[in-house]
Amino acid sequence: MKFRASSVALFVAVAAVIVFPFTDSAFYTELLAKAMILAIFALSLDLLVGYTGLVSFGHAAYFGIGAYATVLLAPKYDPASLWVVLPGAVVAAGLAALIIGLFVLRTRGIYFIMVTLAFAQMVYYVFHDTAIGGGSDGIYLNFKPSAALGAFRPFDLEQARQQCWFVTAALLITWWFLARLLRSPFGRAIVGIRSNEQRMRALGFATVRYKLAAFTIAGAIAGLAGSLYAILFGFVTPELLSWHQSGNVLLMVILGGIGSFAGSVGGAFAFVAMQEVFSGWTRHWQLLMGGVIVAAVLFLPGGLAALPGRLKRAFGADRG
Amino acid sequence: MADVLLAAEGLTRLFGGLAANRDVSLSLARGEVHALLGPNGAGKSTCINLLSGDLPVTSGRVLLRGKDVTALPNHKRSLAGIGRSYQRTNIFAKFTAFENCRLAAQSRDPRAWRILSDAHGTVALRDRGRAALEQAGLGARADIVAATLSHGEQRQLEIAMVLATGAAVLLLDEPLAGMGSEESARMIELLKQLRPAHAILLVEHDMDAVFEVADRVTVMVEGRVLESGPPAQIRASAAVREAYLGEPV
Amino acid sequence: MDLPTFLIQLLNAVQYGLLLFLVASGLTLIFGIMGVINLAHGAFYMVGAYMAFALTGLTGNLFYAILLGIPLAFAFGALLEWLLFAHLYKRDHLEQVLLTYGLILIFEEGRSLLFGDDVHGVDVPALFAASIRLTDTLSYPVYRLVISAVCVALAAGLFVLIRRTRLGMVIRAGSHDRDMVQALGIDIDRTYRIVFALGVALAAFAGMLAAPVSSVFPGMGNQVLIVSFVVVVIGGIGSIWGALIASLVIGLADTFGKVLVPEYAGLAVYLVMAMVLLWRPEGIFRRG
Repeated sequence: MKFRASSVALFVAVAAVIVFPFTDSAFYTELLAKAMILAIFALSLDLLVGYTGLVSFGHAAYFGIGAYATVLLAPKYDPASLWVVLPGAVVAAGLAALIIGLFVLRTRGIYFIMVTLAFAQMVYYVFHDTAIGGGSDGIYLNFKPSAALGAFRPFDLEQARQQCWFVTAALLITWWFLARLLRSPFGRAIVGIRSNEQRMRALGFATVRYKLAAFTIAGAIAGLAGSLYAILFGFVTPELLSWHQSGNVLLMVILGGIGSFAGSVGGAFAFVAMQEVFSGWTRHWQLLMGGVIVAAVLFLPGGLAALPGRLKRAFGADRG
Repeated sequence: MADVLLAAEGLTRLFGGLAANRDVSLSLARGEVHALLGPNGAGKSTCINLLSGDLPVTSGRVLLRGKDVTALPNHKRSLAGIGRSYQRTNIFAKFTAFENCRLAAQSRDPRAWRILSDAHGTVALRDRGRAALEQAGLGARADIVAATLSHGEQRQLEIAMVLATGAAVLLLDEPLAGMGSEESARMIELLKQLRPAHAILLVEHDMDAVFEVADRVTVMVEGRVLESGPPAQIRASAAVREAYLGEPV
Repeated sequence: MDLPTFLIQLLNAVQYGLLLFLVASGLTLIFGIMGVINLAHGAFYMVGAYMAFALTGLTGNLFYAILLGIPLAFAFGALLEWLLFAHLYKRDHLEQVLLTYGLILIFEEGRSLLFGDDVHGVDVPALFAASIRLTDTLSYPVYRLVISAVCVALAAGLFVLIRRTRLGMVIRAGSHDRDMVQALGIDIDRTYRIVFALGVALAAFAGMLAAPVSSVFPGMGNQVLIVSFVVVVIGGIGSIWGALIASLVIGLADTFGKVLVPEYAGLAVYLVMAMVLLWRPEGIFRRG
């Protein structure tokens, strides 16, 4: 029964997201696209935190690298091909994750958290201090990439509506890919590693290699999100890879409940909504956000995903 | 001539200045259950850890079928055919019993890296996992989540996972710990079944069980081998009696 | 680089390293003993600096500001421990990260509410306002030397505390084996509170000392936090000695990095960390 209820919920949500751009509200269509992009970002982190057991506090680095790669791969005075910049960003971010992963996966626990943060900060300084990406001012993407394949133009990103649908498709594909990945032999192995790494090694799994692969895949997907973000907003700054961004995405994942893809997506939407509402109230909205975070940790262990179960238990609606 | 699969030569492991194992040599042959006895803290678990590669040796060699595997880390030794179980139950608590074994079998699958195929789609691995469960006597409990199995069943699952990897050498760290008499009897039966095809090292406190099943016994005290030989010799040994059996068993 | 310039940079490096040590030592003790990863530790440095700014304005002198500020910071730390951190010891790292991240947002915005987002200067106490002439064109401010001297004295005090006192014994035992300490019947709650408050006071004190040199500005705590993480990673969690050595190494790397390769100055610290990770992933002074 539960399966059917959640499928219906998913179907309704997807339908709502597809229909929404018809409201012709440019602002909210863009906001929706932003939330979905952050949802992709959160999904990629959940693969690490929720399923591989790697708490990365530097995931913004790969998001930012994806965003910068998109801009840097694009020609200055012509629209780039979407089919060049998007894969290019994914590969660049994945490659960065692979290299950084070789270092950070030598550590575990608290060290891992600190070292991922430190490496992300290093990447931040690369873009902040040097001229490659326009320094601290950032850099503009002058034209939206073109989706043309020869004479065929499947869609046009200049159209806000079509752009939003494209992001929707990217989110659904990412979600499908990750769900599929978890059912694969590789996915079973990383979940096993999260559960009991020592035993996995004793069984003959080269666990570090699996973790490195998961780290790389997560980095590549974060790069996809970063690329979409750059395309949506048309400019990138070092703030995209600041540690606040890493903290925010971790917040989305935990808020939604780790180890639940639906939770990550919900967490991203909740984050964007909170940001929107709070910043409407006061310039010092981060104060409210901080308060929500502290309260959530103290009073809502397990995140939003655990909420239905908690409510059910609280109201004794135990009808199986 | 016995078919020796695993041999330890002069294994020594120091923790700080303390020798947890000093100059330990023993050999495991196919068709034999080799029991490792000793009071608590004698270094039996350390010895298993050195053989399995969970701990690096300070000095000494581990030979698998005559090949030096001392430098191999634990997962490579596992792939080479050395399987181990743990003293404290060490399973994937949230997986079903079957999935525990299927995952164990997957470690041997060259296609384990595929990321888009269904893990349960590979029939050979499923069969191997099921066969291991059947052999360990858990066939009827395949779909139960491991955490909810009884203690004895979890111990059986420990062994089943090692079997699913197809290991030829079994290093079993107190497989009978905490078991009732009926469960113990079943486990001893299982060990006897496994004996012909495997070389088994059995660390165990249950004397009756050890002398019922062991073909060879090594007694360790304070990190050293005190005596090694057939059960009858150990039973008769004055040194063993004094150091170990003399105490209430 | 001629000799006087080199000497000046060396003194700067040591002074920066020692300040870093004050922050990192609290961080590493809190990690090592309570097992809590505290992202908000850099915020305490910022709180200290802004306290120096506000209290110097009130009292007219950094001396009085510091005399007032240290007990305030200690009390603030004890209060926070009682209110929030005491609930975190049994939670996993993830929740610790999240809660302390929330705290950073609160501290940063609280700072913005109270003091705005401008950069503020703090006067060097008149007594130390002079400079020592090294050559015709180069001189070195006395106040920076005073910072180093005070830090060295504090570091020595910290080592005496840990090596010679009863509290230090508990701290040493606690970072090895928490259960044992509890089994000995030592009031672990009180020890935790003191250690945490001590860490907060050290970080805040570092902020107060640094305020006249670096001035006080938004985000200053986060910079220090991340570099302190690097120090803890290099030095090994729970090791005061490691924190001291690593702080000095990072002080040198950062200062000379800025002089020698200004364009990549921000990277030097992280490259040092990367090298240490390849060599000893658990830090240089990690026991066992």
